[in-house]
Parts: sequence; structure tokens; C-alpha cells
Amino acid sequence: MTAQRLSGQEVSTASAARPRKPGRGGASRRPSHWWVPWAFAAPGLILFFLTTGYPLVRSLQISFYNWSVLPTQASTFIGLDNYTRALADPQFWTSVTNAGVYLLMSVPATVALGLLFAVLLQKKMPGRTLFRILFYIPVVTSWVVVSLLFKFLFTTDDGAVNWFITDFLSLSDHAVPWLEQRWTGLIAISLLGIWKNLGWCLVVLLASLGGVGEELYEAAALDGANAWHKFVHVTLPGIRGTLLFVLVLQVIGAFNVFPSVLLMTNGGPAGSTEVPLTYMYKQAFSFLDFGYGSAMAFILAIFIFIVSFAQFKFLGEKKEALR
Amino acid sequence: MTATSFKPKSLPEADKATRNERSKRPFNVWLLVRVAIVVCGAVLMVAPFMIMVSASLEPNTAILPNPPHFLPQTLTSANYEEAWTENNFAGFFGNSAYVSVLTTVASVVISSMTAFAFARFDFPLKNFMFSLLLAGLMIPGIVVIVPQFVLAKSLNMLDSLEGLVFFYTAGQIAFTTFLLRAFFERVPRELDEAMTVDGAGILRKFLVLYIPLARPALATAAVFSFLGAWDEYVWALTVISDATKRTLPLGIAAFQGEHSTAWGLVFAASTLAVIPVIAVYVAGQKHLIAGITTGAVK
Repeated sequence: MTAQRLSGQEVSTASAARPRKPGRGGASRRPSHWWVPWAFAAPGLILFFLTTGYPLVRSLQISFYNWSVLPTQASTFIGLDNYTRALADPQFWTSVTNAGVYLLMSVPATVALGLLFAVLLQKKMPGRTLFRILFYIPVVTSWVVVSLLFKFLFTTDDGAVNWFITDFLSLSDHAVPWLEQRWTGLIAISLLGIWKNLGWCLVVLLASLGGVGEELYEAAALDGANAWHKFVHVTLPGIRGTLLFVLVLQVIGAFNVFPSVLLMTNGGPAGSTEVPLTYMYKQAFSFLDFGYGSAMAFILAIFIFIVSFAQFKFLGEKKEALR
Repeated sequence: MTATSFKPKSLPEADKATRNERSKRPFNVWLLVRVAIVVCGAVLMVAPFMIMVSASLEPNTAILPNPPHFLPQTLTSANYEEAWTENNFAGFFGNSAYVSVLTTVASVVISSMTAFAFARFDFPLKNFMFSLLLAGLMIPGIVVIVPQFVLAKSLNMLDSLEGLVFFYTAGQIAFTTFLLRAFFERVPRELDEAMTVDGAGILRKFLVLYIPLARPALATAAVFSFLGAWDEYVWALTVISDATKRTLPLGIAAFQGEHSTAWGLVFAASTLAVIPVIAVYVAGQKHLIAGITTGAVK
């Protein structure tokens, strides 16, 4: 599956010119000495286990301790106290709620708009490649640059967004203090999320649209289907797997929203726009409470895992029922 | 274009021709609507960048222009000069380039070796190890940021650009290995066996056969590693405190924090940070898209 993609754009014709599968000539896959594959794999595996595997275990360990940053002071084992503390911490719940609000405001819009523009850009049109590049530029730009840029656009006095709303559209007669209140702040952060992630959804969905067989559209046309029917009965089922993949990754991304909040509102005013990662990061690196920070990170990771699993399970089963 | 030569003939009779003409006309309206919507979307994508570049090219003022300038009204390079010289963005740019280039080289070299081992050989624990790598792709980096910080401290890698390279490279390994393995597996077995007949050892096969054939995938891995390192902020924020060791994202964010109204300078530095990204993106567009859609599209 991945192999066909790597070679670029020759997508739907792939079945004819399919890359050959490697012959599984058993003998030649066996290394001449047992250590040969390990010698090749070692640098990568060591780096990976040192910086991801080991820290994951270590993170769990730290979360059970009142961890001391100073080497001279001993850390004390406190069991699940960090976890119960998080579940009883109103600021933690505020941050989780904010991530949920961010998710609901940004993810459906990002995926829907990504799909819309993917469908529009699928067929030939003048400037197609240029448009695809323009939509993708926010994706490759650093979060720091785009977050500060949006902070600037959402400035209360004479900011571009307030100019657009008050002077251009005349929707409001006073400047909205976007980043100085909870809900408007979350709206601004969500708009940045949509703007930055839309291009990624577009490119992934565009690639999968190319894989929907032309003959299916032709068959639907013979049955007298209009454009909307084709979209619902041919396109959507054809890209279902990719759509689910995009949705799950966007949901995970929404729970991991971080640099944009840090740089646009820094969780303020008074912690009202804090999200789980900004709160966790501050606990760990401003208050040096590593144990508490790790516990929150673990709760978030478990939660993300369950949500992703449920999405695959729920949406995956639904598709079986539809068949 | 065929429609114009076709139209006059079809006008009088032939039921078939009329149907043809009818199906042509809505298509053209539809194309116009499509282009119009896409242009609107593209304008919304680009407008913020136009405001950014305009502000960077205009004299710095405390009061923002109202209405906002999408194109600069007066041109000056003062913000760029000041950012580059007085505020040490030349240094930050150099740090970012150093870290990103080293990360790119290291992650491509190391992951091509790892991917080769997984693609070319059968060995004990192979599938288990590969599942762990894939699982590593799913773990959000931030979950392990606390123990990674503890680790970096014990490895003496705080406040060090090489330390950044080490952790950035490690962070790319799972993805680039996954990407390259798929490519190495497609190298025809016959070529490998032909080299065996010629008496070539495994290292020679790797360097002379597999690596050259995998060039497109290596380019994909390189583009991803470079952009990942160039744009990264959170880890750099966590481990770098020496102001001379800042990378561009760190320098820009810190500068904005200290001079909250010097937007012209912030955006001059931001524009300088974005230019290499766009250059790498446009040059490696095909490879980047190949990487993004790997695994996503069945």
C-alpha cells in the first residue's frame, strides 16, 4: 500500500504497473552472521529506546513520586497521590474542558473544509498545483511564527480581525478583546488550528480521492446519479478509511494543542484558556513538580488512547453495518 | 475548445448533440464556481502571511495601521537589519541551520541503516522490534518530555546545540525508518542476488545497490527531518536557557515576549524563518507529499 504512494502521483493505474513484490527467497534473507542485522539496526534502535522507550517507563515511575529535582534531596514514593490530585484539581478540569471545546470548534471544520477543497481540487483546474502549495504553506510553517502572527491579527486595538468585523462587515460597533477573555480566546486559537491544519487534511484526502476507481463514477453516472449522489455513494465510501485516519489524527492533535495556546494567551486570563499540555508543562517546568506533571501527561495519554480506540471501533463497525 | 467548433453544427438537430451540449454547459459553470471557492480559500490562507511580510517591510510603529496593510505602503529594510545585527537573529539563524542540517544528515544515515536491517533480513525479535517502533509513532512526544529532560540533564545535553540534534534525530527515527523500510523492500531480489554472484558483501550491497535506489525515499526522509528540526519549539524551550544557543523559533518567541509591540522586528525575523521552509517545501514538494500520504492511504 505504501509502496505505490512513494513513487508519487501515478495512483489509479497502479494495478497494471504494480511494483514487484520481493521474492521471498528464504536463504538470501538469512544474514551471514547473526549479528549483521543488529549491527545495522543498533544505532537507530538504541537512540529510539533511549529517548522514547526508557522515558516512557521512567515517566510512569516519576508519576508515583513526589519527585525532587535537586540531586541532594530524596524523592518520596506517594503512590497514586499525583493522579488523585489531578482528578480533584479544578484547573485540570478547566484545561480538559478547554481542549474539548477546542476540539469541537476546530476538528469538524478542519476535516470538512479539507474535504471540500480536496474535492474541488481533485479535477483539473487552472493553477491546481499552485493552490495546493498555498494551502499547505501554513502546515510547514513553525507554530511559533503562525501563533505570533495570529496573536497580532487578533490584537484588540486596530487588529486585522477587529478591523474586518467592525469596519468591513459592521458586525460589531466595538473592538472585541479576543485574547483577553476565555471563549473568544478559545475561538481565536481554534481558528488558528483550522487554518494551520486544513492543508494537511486536504493533501491526504486528495491523495485518497485519486484512488477511488473511475469506473465506479461511470457506473453511478449510468444509473443517473447526480454530483451529490456520486459524492455520498461513491466518494465517501471510497475514502472512508482515510477519512477516519484524518479524523483520528486531528482529534489526537486537538488534545495535544500546545504552542498556540502558550504563545497566544499563555493560558490566561487567570488560567481560563489553559489546556492540558500548557497546564502540565507549567506544573513540571515552572513549579518543578515533575511527579504531578508526569501524572497529568499519563492521564492525557491514556485518555487519548481510549478515544482513538473508540473512534476506530465505533466508526469501523458502523462501516460494516453500512455494507 | 472542442465545444466551440462543435456548437454551431449541433444547434439545429440531432438529439444526441443537444444532450452533449447540455452536459457541457453546467460543467463550465461548475468549473467557475470551483475556481471561485478555491481562490477564496487560498486568499484566506495567504492573507495572514501578506500582513506579516508587509508589517516587516514597514517602519515599526506602536499603533497598528487601520485598515491592515496587505501590501507595504512604505518600504524599508530597517527591521531586517536591526533584527539581523542588533538582536542576534543572525546567530539564531545560524544555530537553526546548524541543528537542522546535522539532524537531517544524522536521521537519514541512521534510519536508512535501521530500515535496511528490517527490510533485508530475517532475525529474531524483528517483528516485535518493528511493532515497538510503530507504537513509538503513536506516543505524543510531550508525554515523555519530563523524563527526556531528566535524561538530557544526566547526559549533559542541556544548553547544547548537539544535544538538540541528538534528541531531534531520535525523535525522527521511528517515522523515517518506517518510510525507508517500505522502499527497501521493493528492491528486486534478483539485483541483490546478482551482486552476491559478483562476490559483493552486504555492506557493499547496501551502499552501491540499496541506497542509490532509495534516493526518492531518502529525499522524503530528509525533507521531513529538516522541517521538523527547523520548526521545533517546545523541546528547545525546555532545554535551552543560554540566549546565544537559541534557535529561530525560540529567538522569535523570546523577542516577542520581551518587546511586545515591536511587531515589525518580530515579523522580519519570522519572514527570515519562513523563507527556507518554503524553499525546502517547494523544492521537495513531491517527496513531502509522498511522505504525508504514506500509511494514510490504503
